[in-house]
Amino acid sequence: MIDPSMVAQAAAPDHAAVDYWSMLFVFVLATFIGLGVIRRVSRLLYTPLMSLTNAISAIAVVGSIAVTGADYPRVIRILGGIALFASMTNIVSGFLITNRMLKMFKKQ
Amino acid sequence: MSYAVAQVAAILATALFIFSLYWMNDPKTARHSVVAGVTGMLVAVLATWFQPEIVHHGWIVLAIAAGFAVGVPLSLVPLTAVPQRTALSHAFGGLAAGLVGTAEYFLGLTEHPAQLTAFRTSAIVAEVILGFLTFTGSLMAAGKLQEVKWIPQRPVTYPGQNVVNIGVLAIAVALGVLVVLHPTAPWSGQAFYAIVGLAVLFGVLLIIPIGGADMPTVISILNSYAGLSAVAMGFVLNNKLLVTAGALDGSSGLILSIIMCRAMNRSFTNVLFGAFGTVQKTTAVGEQKAWKQETVEGAAQLLEQASLVVIIPGYGMAVAQAQHKVRELYDQLTKRGITVKFAIHPVAGRMPGHMNVLLAEANIPYTALVEMEEINPDMPQCDVALVIGANDVVNPAARYVKGSPIYGMPIIDADKARTVLAIKRSKKPGFAGIDNELYVQDNTWMLFGDAKAVIGDLVRQLAGGGGLH
Repeated sequence: MIDPSMVAQAAAPDHAAVDYWSMLFVFVLATFIGLGVIRRVSRLLYTPLMSLTNAISAIAVVGSIAVTGADYPRVIRILGGIALFASMTNIVSGFLITNRMLKMFKKQ
Repeated sequence: MSYAVAQVAAILATALFIFSLYWMNDPKTARHSVVAGVTGMLVAVLATWFQPEIVHHGWIVLAIAAGFAVGVPLSLVPLTAVPQRTALSHAFGGLAAGLVGTAEYFLGLTEHPAQLTAFRTSAIVAEVILGFLTFTGSLMAAGKLQEVKWIPQRPVTYPGQNVVNIGVLAIAVALGVLVVLHPTAPWSGQAFYAIVGLAVLFGVLLIIPIGGADMPTVISILNSYAGLSAVAMGFVLNNKLLVTAGALDGSSGLILSIIMCRAMNRSFTNVLFGAFGTVQKTTAVGEQKAWKQETVEGAAQLLEQASLVVIIPGYGMAVAQAQHKVRELYDQLTKRGITVKFAIHPVAGRMPGHMNVLLAEANIPYTALVEMEEINPDMPQCDVALVIGANDVVNPAARYVKGSPIYGMPIIDADKARTVLAIKRSKKPGFAGIDNELYVQDNTWMLFGDAKAVIGDLVRQLAGGGGLH
């Protein structure tokens, strides 16, 4: 019986060597930080908060760039390109509209 | 070297994102939020772009340019359309995650089968299911909010709906498990397509039974899903920045959903599977009382004689785009030394914070905006409660009509004010199809018409006196 993860490690050190437990660890800690920070957000600002987090979660742009720009088959890169377009739209419109809304609250 | 640069950039970007959210705790510091967020994003994008394995720059430039071309106009929508825009951007977020997941799977299948370890394939499956269900679910939500013709506004329900919905999701997950166990079997590619198809279908089915009043909760839940799909992408690509930023977004959506659910006294499952608004069949209790209609002159007089006026805005104010007229009314009343406060119900409107943003747009000081729990103790001292296009959030039936879908939902105690003035577009019941006995109370006077027009008349009356007519 061959352990599939061993095979994977031998064949593709890049990905298989990833310490997924530390990723999970990071995820859990980041969630707690998120819960702590978001709980303090002013209730006046829930709408801009949502557009801000839209923009921030468009960090998927990083993954999209990696897929679009690397030396992969054309089909794969097309998928990446569409994903990059979608994330970029979120970044641009998310930050701009957040700024627009927050300006209204700052005037006073 | 480039690895270290990428790691430092990821840490820096994470810190900036956390600060960005932290500064949202006060309107005074909130604008730093955008600066921090943009800087973090820029650092992350540049650090990724300059990695040595990125060789095709043309496509990246093209996609980024297209993103700007669509993103800039999307940021200029009227503020009444912000809920749709938000739903649309959740859809884009889900799409990006779904597509990257699909790309990574087929890349593994065709080029590096060894990379499809059980853990990584699970992450890909989770990313694709979450991504595509968020994509179509959010598109449906955006369509409902925009009142697109071929998407039914009212909740659509049929017998066995929940069984069908859960069944579709269960099949997708079961196929996912098969693909994880046999990532490179001859049929795995087809199974993967089926997962994508089922997730797309599930997103649509999930939103069909949901109506307008539940949108604040649903948008928050979709926000959370969009974040979680980014987290899954982080696991797939072994990228901690994606995990942290996605987790921040996911927890934000989670907190907002919990707040929205609590404000409606309902559970997650009840919102998603409860089909609000269709169950209501109970007819009005006791004898049917009639409305009492008030003239603009009479209403203006009532307002003038008040010392505390509480304005309760709802979705009707957004629909009529009446916020600027409301500001004029606010000016007319405060000029006379009348205290004017705005009572904001957490689920008023179609997304969290919707009313606050509209009123801020009209330059109403945010210090005049008061949360439900803070205003309710003052309501018995309130001379006039002016309800503008709000309905369910002021319906006293929530307190004691057990069969009502809004039973147990905390409401703004408009009925306890000395006099209630309610502006209503038509004589039809509100979204949930429930009669609102606030409107037939002895101390309630109705003003029928478009909120913007009615308030405009009130302002003219207060500004010019009756003689101008």
